Amino acid sequence: MWLVLERRAERSALMAIASPLIAIGLTLVTMTVLFALIGKNPFAALWVYFIDPLTDAYSLQEIAVKATPLVMIALGLSLCYLANVWNIGAEGQFLIGAVTGSWLAVKTNGTDPGQWVLPAMLVLGALGGALYALIPAVCKTKFGASEILTSLMLVYVADLFLDYLVRGPWRDPKGYNFPTTPDFDPVATVPILIEGSRLHAGALIALIVVVAAMLLLGRTIKGFEIKVVGSAPRAARFAGFNADQLVILTFLVSGALAGLAGIIEVAGPVGNLRPNISPGYGFTAIIVAFLGRLHPIGILLAGLFLALTFIGGEQAQISMRIPLDLTKVFQGILLFFVLASDSLVLYRIRLMRPHRKTAHATS
Amino acid sequence: MLDQSPSNDVPVREPLLRAIGITKLFATFRANDAIDLDLYPEEIHALLGENGAGKSTFVKIVYGLIQPSGGELRWMGRRLDLAGPADARALGIGMVFQHFSLFENLTVAENVALGLAPTDSFAAITARLVEVSQLYGLLLDPKREIWRLSVGERQRVEIVRALMQNPKLLILDEPTAVLTPREANQLFVVLERLKNEGRAILYISHKLEEVKRLCDRATILRGGKKVATCNPRRETAASLARMMVGGEIGEVKAQSGRALSAPRLIVQGLTLEADDPHGARLDDVCVEVKGGEILGIAGVAGNGQDELFAALSGERRAQSPSAVVIDGQPAGHLSVTERRKRGAAFVPEERLGHGTAPRMKLSDNALLTGHAASGMVNHGFIDKGATLAVVDRTTTAFDVRKAKRDPEAASLSGGNLQKFIVGREILREPGVLVVSQPTWGVDAGAAATIRQALLDLAARGTAVLVISQDLDELAEIADRIAVIFHGRLSAPLMTIAASREKLGLLMGGSSVLQPEASHVAGA
Repeated sequence: MWLVLERRAERSALMAIASPLIAIGLTLVTMTVLFALIGKNPFAALWVYFIDPLTDAYSLQEIAVKATPLVMIALGLSLCYLANVWNIGAEGQFLIGAVTGSWLAVKTNGTDPGQWVLPAMLVLGALGGALYALIPAVCKTKFGASEILTSLMLVYVADLFLDYLVRGPWRDPKGYNFPTTPDFDPVATVPILIEGSRLHAGALIALIVVVAAMLLLGRTIKGFEIKVVGSAPRAARFAGFNADQLVILTFLVSGALAGLAGIIEVAGPVGNLRPNISPGYGFTAIIVAFLGRLHPIGILLAGLFLALTFIGGEQAQISMRIPLDLTKVFQGILLFFVLASDSLVLYRIRLMRPHRKTAHATS
Repeated sequence: MLDQSPSNDVPVREPLLRAIGITKLFATFRANDAIDLDLYPEEIHALLGENGAGKSTFVKIVYGLIQPSGGELRWMGRRLDLAGPADARALGIGMVFQHFSLFENLTVAENVALGLAPTDSFAAITARLVEVSQLYGLLLDPKREIWRLSVGERQRVEIVRALMQNPKLLILDEPTAVLTPREANQLFVVLERLKNEGRAILYISHKLEEVKRLCDRATILRGGKKVATCNPRRETAASLARMMVGGEIGEVKAQSGRALSAPRLIVQGLTLEADDPHGARLDDVCVEVKGGEILGIAGVAGNGQDELFAALSGERRAQSPSAVVIDGQPAGHLSVTERRKRGAAFVPEERLGHGTAPRMKLSDNALLTGHAASGMVNHGFIDKGATLAVVDRTTTAFDVRKAKRDPEAASLSGGNLQKFIVGREILREPGVLVVSQPTWGVDAGAAATIRQALLDLAARGTAVLVISQDLDELAEIADRIAVIFHGRLSAPLMTIAASREKLGLLMGGSSVLQPEASHVAGA
C-alpha cells in the first residue's frame, strides 16, 4: 500500500483552514517524542508550553506583547510571499528600523522636546526598514541577484551595525559600560495600554495593520496585482502588471512594517536600544506568515500562537529546566509541517492498494 | 458494422487491448458507461467525441491514471490491473497528452531522461533521443530548454519520449490540435510508419477529415457511452459528426456583405528582436486590418506568431510608437493596459497561465484584463459586483458550462474556459481584437460558438486579427489571410483566392516548389 497525491480540481476551502491545524498537531506529536527523548514528562511539558500561559492575565498580556512584532512583520512578509518575492531579511529590517527610530530618541534625550518625538520615531523606523529592504529589491530588479541571499546576508550587517552603535557612539556614558543607549524619555516611549503591564499601544497598531492588509488584499487592485504576479506571472504580464515594480513595492512595505515593529519594540517593552532586542522575530515571522496561510486573520492567530511558544518556552525553562533552544526547534519543525500540509489544499492523499502486482507478468 | 474486421490486411485475431464494459463514476456522474473497445496491432483507431464525451477518462483508464469503477481491461488476452502509468509504460502503453507534462526549465534531453527508467546513462539516453528523433523525422535539439520551444516542438518531445519506450500501443490525445497542416502531415507519416511497425495507435481527435484519412477504425463516444465503432473511410464527415453530436452541427455563417471601414489596426515596419536566441525575429511586419474585417495569419508554429502577439498586445513594446497603430493612435510604445484603454482586446494562445490565472476565480480573471477599462475598479478598490456581472454575462452569452457561479479557471474544461476568455474580451466590444489560436483543443460545439462570435464581432465593425494554425478555421472565418514565415509576414491574400497550395507554399517559406507542398494541397 502506498500514498499518492492527486490534484484537486479546485483548492479545498476546508483544507485551507485544516492544514495549519494538522501541522500544529503533527508538531505536537513530534514534540512529545522530543520531550520524552530528553527525559522530560511530555504531557507536563506540553502543559507548561501551551496551557499554563493561557491561565494567568500577566502571561496573556505578554503573549500580546510578543505577538505584536510577529504579526506586523509577518503581514509585510505575506505580501512579499504572495507576490513570489522572498524577503528572508525581515530581522535585519527590524533592527535597522529600531536603529533609525532610536536615533531621534538618542539625539533628543533629556531635552524634553515635546509629544512629536514618538510619532517621528515611528516614521523614521518605518523609513529605515523600508530603505534597508530596498537594497535587496534593487539588487534583484537591476542585477538579478537572488533576494533570498542578499536579504538574509543583510541581517548580519544590521546586527553588527546595531552592536557597533550601542558599544560605540550611542553608548550611555552613565551606563556602567553596558552596551545600551540611555533609557528613552517618556515622550519617546510607546504608551502602555493597561497600567502595570507591558501591553502597549503597538498592539493596536498591529491590529490596524491587520485590517489594512485585509482591505489591501481583499478589495484593492494592488492586492490583486500582488496575488496574480505571484501565482501566474505570465498572466500578470498579460494583465499589464509590472512584476519588477511589485518587487520594489512589497519589499518597501514589508521593510517598513518590520522597521516599525523594530522601533515599537525598543520604544515600548525594551525602553532603550541594545543588542539582542529581538529573539529572532524576523525569522519567526516567516513561520507566522506561512502558518497563517498568508492571510491577515490567519497571521494574527498564528502570531498569537507563536508568541505563546516564546512565553511557554520561557516558563518551561524556568519550571522544568527545558532548554530554551527547544523553542526554536519547535518553531522549525512547525514550519516544516506547515509547508508540507500546504499540499493538502491543492492535492488529496489517496491510498493505492498493492494487489495489482500480479498483472505485470505479461510484459 | 460493429467490431468487424476493418480491412483485409488486419486479420481477425487476438486484440492487443480489449476493454470490456469500462465504466467510471465520478460521484453519480457516469463519465464512462459500459464502453467496449478492441484495439488490434497494426491499426490506427480513432476515438471520436465532443468534449465531455468521456474520451479523456477512457484513455486515462487505459493509461492507468485512473481506476475504472467497473468493467475490465485485457492486454493480449490477460486481465490487466494498472496501478499507475508506470505499469502501463512497463507493458508498452505510451501516451502523448494534449496538455504537455514537461519541465519548462529543463532541456529536451533532461525531460526525456526523467520519464525513463534510471538504468541508462544520460549520454546514452541523449544519443538514443537523437537517433529516434532522426529516425522518425521529429527533429529536436536535445540541449534546448523546453520554455524556448513552440507548442508544436513540445509535442515532438512528448512523442519522442513515448517512442523511446518502444510502445506497443501509443495513445495520442488531440495531437494535431496544435499543428499546422504540414506538421500534421509529417505526424501522419510518422503514425503510418508506427502502424506498419506493428504498433496500435489510439488516436483522439475532433477533426473528422483527418480521422477519415488516417484511421482504420473509429469508435465514437457520446455522453460517456459508445455510440458505434465504424470504418471512418466508409463514412462521410457529416455522418461521423452526426454520430458524435447526435444531430447536425450548426454551421458558422458569416453575415453577408459586411461593410468595411477604415483600418483600425495598422502594423507598419514592426521589427522586434527575438527575446531568446532560438525565437523568431519579427522582420518589417506590415499589415492593416479594417473595421469589419477578419484577417487571418497562418503559419507553422514558431515562425514569429508568439512574438507578433506579444508586440501587438504590448507585452513587448515596439521600437517606434507608429509600428502599431490602434484606431489612428500610435500605440507601439504603450503598455497592455494603455492599449486596452484605447479599445484593443487580446486573447492569447495559452488559456491557463497566460489568458487566465489558473487558480483564481473567474471573477478575478474577468478583472485580469478588465481592470483598465471596464469600470471594475474605483479609486483602487475592486467592484466585486462588476466582476461577477461580467462572469454572469459571459456565461449566458457564450454558454459557459461550470459547476458553480464563480469557480476557479483551472476547473473548467478547455472549451468552456476558452469561451469564457473570448467572451470576456468580446463583451467589452473592443475596436480591435487580436486572437491567437481561438479554438485550440476545443470541441466542435465550442469552436463553432467562438468562430460565430468572432464573425458577429467583425460585423459590428471591429477589426479582428486571428493568428491560427488551423487553415480550415481561417478559410471559414477570415476575409483575408497572410502567412508568417521566419518572422516575415506575406502580403494578405483574399481568402477566396487563397488556395491551400498557395498558402502551403507561403508557409513553406517561399514560392520555391517543395515536394511536401503537394501533400498540403491535398489535405
